Amino acid sequence: MIKDPQSCIVRKESWNDYYLLSLESPKIALEGQPGQFIMVRITEHSHPLLRRPFSIHSIDGRNVEIFFLNSGLGTSLLSQKKTNDTLDILGPLGKGFNLNDHFKEKDVVLIGGGRGIAPLYFLAQRLSFLGASIRIFYGGKTLADLPLKDKLKKTGFKTFFSTDDGSFGFKGLITDFFKAELEIFTPIHIFSCGPEPMMAKIAKIAQKKKIPAEFSLESVMGCGIGACWSCVRKTRRGNKEEWVKICEEGPVFSADEIIWKEGDK
Amino acid sequence: MTDLSIDLGFLKLKNPVIAASGTFGYGLEFSPFINLDKLGGFVVKGLYYSPRQGNPPPRLAETASGLINAIGLQGIGVERFSEEILPRLKNYNTAIIVNVCGEYEEEYVSVVDFLNKKEGISAYELNISCPNTKKGGLCPALSPENTYTVVSLVKKISLRPVITKLSPNVTDIVEIALSAQEAGSDAISLANTFLAMAVDVETRRPKLANIFGGLSGPAIKPIILRMVYQVASCVKIPVIGLGGIMSGSDALEYLIAGAKAVEVGTANLIDPEATIRIIDELEEYCVKNGIKKIEEIVGTLITQ
Repeated sequence: MIKDPQSCIVRKESWNDYYLLSLESPKIALEGQPGQFIMVRITEHSHPLLRRPFSIHSIDGRNVEIFFLNSGLGTSLLSQKKTNDTLDILGPLGKGFNLNDHFKEKDVVLIGGGRGIAPLYFLAQRLSFLGASIRIFYGGKTLADLPLKDKLKKTGFKTFFSTDDGSFGFKGLITDFFKAELEIFTPIHIFSCGPEPMMAKIAKIAQKKKIPAEFSLESVMGCGIGACWSCVRKTRRGNKEEWVKICEEGPVFSADEIIWKEGDK
Repeated sequence: MTDLSIDLGFLKLKNPVIAASGTFGYGLEFSPFINLDKLGGFVVKGLYYSPRQGNPPPRLAETASGLINAIGLQGIGVERFSEEILPRLKNYNTAIIVNVCGEYEEEYVSVVDFLNKKEGISAYELNISCPNTKKGGLCPALSPENTYTVVSLVKKISLRPVITKLSPNVTDIVEIALSAQEAGSDAISLANTFLAMAVDVETRRPKLANIFGGLSGPAIKPIILRMVYQVASCVKIPVIGLGGIMSGSDALEYLIAGAKAVEVGTANLIDPEATIRIIDELEEYCVKNGIKKIEEIVGTLITQ
């Protein structure tokens, strides 16, 4: 956990409202694990006041990459940053995905919805290193919401794309595409990040098929380091239900820990 | 060399900068980023007697130069605090202040009574002003009588100095401060957050699940500064100023207006090194202005 007050933007890519920033930060790049996040200060002024949390999208040598959708004041200002600008970042923060050797030569599935694809790219890289057989499901509203499809295809992982309007890939929800594919194969583990209703549905499918699953949750955060208790989520451990801090005990939680919001079940 | 130390009478601080309760966890969360020993002190997150679940999320809404929180004082309670946290704070050489909460008057007494037996605490800060625990933001600090009752009950049994943290959500802050002083409070920290709300116009729902929350950050600084000036002019006990301090210059405004020390809150969330930077900036100011001892500038506002 370090503060890098002057991390330099060494590369920037954009696709409509989606952006990728590559930030030079050797120490965070060395320590960061898939599923962990960084807190980015948007401005040195007082509006917007708070840092914004971003999953680590990838680590490229000395650089930490984030991928985001321009969806509000913070991300809008961040999207206007240019190469060679510097950003004040904290990281790596939180607990990431559970990676271990037993994924070797086994089928694992990664399911990303919209900007939720962000942490799964880094995860796929590391799982690939562990020798896992990887299938990536990537869904969006339209073709414009699948900016990373070509990048994912190039990796050589098996890729499955869906759009709600059928403008690219399977027409419909990524969860339906995934469910259909489960007729053909059974993964030993599911990793997912995306809209809550999507993840809740995947959790249900995983539970039914008794496949272990992990989800990266999103939340507004105050500090990102466990001090303010703003980013809580109700979780279940044993018989005990309690609010736990997403920044500290997550953002990745296992399916059996998460209590899905009403209406997402 | 500037002398940054501050003597509150009941407690000597290395410097006037204290990390504020609710923004600094139990202190340890910040040890990866800063040397806690450099602080004047820190106030740990508010403690009720028993563990507390707090409010449902969303608990936070960002507003112009501020943020509204409705955490609801989720916390681990006095027993776990004493067993798990206090022993780990023992090795730090700084003032460790415990923020004491209560759902009712007797609970403040129970918390202090329990903590009296534990070592490693420099003072208690009585949180009679959290707006997030009862509907509508009710708390003892809204009336001089209730303030007097809680402070005097705690003072009767406390083996440590008591700082009373007041609410700004009152018509006459001086009246409440005088009441805390009369009840025997050793100092006043001024102030907690402003009761506030924010609305999501797309959904027409409040941005906080609790509807109301407490506004903090730079947005509130000028109002609290005015209150600190009013109160410091009327009470004999030290006033600790807090509200929107982001820089050394902000802290200096409070000191000049009459605060003997300051607490830094919201800034910790944005920059875990904020307290240290503020201390450095205070020192720079003193060096630049030939001030040998920072206490010299307390209450030196020139009004004529």
